[in-house]
Amino acid sequence: MIQPHDSVLVQTLGRILIPWIQLFGLYVLFFGQYGPGGGFVGGVLLGTSVILAILVFGPESSHSAIAKKIIQGDGLGLIIFAGVGGLCLIGGGEFLNYADLEIPGLETASRRYVGIMLTQIGVAIDVAVTAISIVISLSFNDHDEDSHA
Amino acid sequence: MNFLVEISLLLLLVMTAGAAILVKDLISSVLILGSYSFFLAVVWAWFGAVDVAFVESVVGAGLATVFFLLTLFVTAPKDTSIRHHAPPWAALIGLPLLGLLLLYAAEDLPKFGDLASPASVHVSPVYLKNSLQDTQTPNVVTSVLMDYRALDTLIETVVIFTAGIGCALLLRRNQP
Repeated sequence: MIQPHDSVLVQTLGRILIPWIQLFGLYVLFFGQYGPGGGFVGGVLLGTSVILAILVFGPESSHSAIAKKIIQGDGLGLIIFAGVGGLCLIGGGEFLNYADLEIPGLETASRRYVGIMLTQIGVAIDVAVTAISIVISLSFNDHDEDSHA
Repeated sequence: MNFLVEISLLLLLVMTAGAAILVKDLISSVLILGSYSFFLAVVWAWFGAVDVAFVESVVGAGLATVFFLLTLFVTAPKDTSIRHHAPPWAALIGLPLLGLLLLYAAEDLPKFGDLASPASVHVSPVYLKNSLQDTQTPNVVTSVLMDYRALDTLIETVVIFTAGIGCALLLRRNQP
């Protein structure tokens, strides 16, 4: 079972660092089409910020209460990714061929741009939720009763 | 200059890999493995594969280390020392021979960045030429991952999802 860290230094640094990690994760996620990065790294960074909250403040604290809600959304990212692929099928297109996305007023290249961005968000959600879910799985005590949380 | 940097990176990699195996404590081994991943990320960045370097440093040095440490704390809370046994003779003789064979085979590989190598004459030029006008995405790696090879990435995402589900099923057995 993971306990909250009792050092003031660690808690303060965690409180300062977590929003910056999340900001950087979002930047990496949405800048992935112009620079290094993308959905996978952005998702890992977003997940890592919540993992840091769990490790520093403990799984029961209000900081990591959001993590408990997040793991309910396991599979949402996959649904987004496959759903964008399925949207391409509407109107007789090919699976995951974003040029067939039915978005009015957009060129083919812009449609592909939108498709890449949406699927990247899907990958990011999937990776982040999985990382948090594994950490929460590991932090559960297997044998005593306070693990209901 | 290039040569010196590459040699020192190679030495650091070999040293950290050896130390991760030879060290007497599991926690030290995990941390040294994290630093190995970090040096590997520097190597990727040095050779221009910035996306791979990014993933290696975030996942290899960051996330995997956290997972390893958490697993250690869950499974082996008291004694984390490793007892080393003498390696068998077959390994002592066979592995250097295998290494020599691999070095001999590596002679025939194309040079790094060779324009005439098979990898850079077939599909890579198509991606590099058409990525920007096809997808408005300057980063070719992202457009290959997310558009040209989107089905592969979808299946990779399924693999990650399955890993999370597997951990939950194995470790949260007593959860309602």
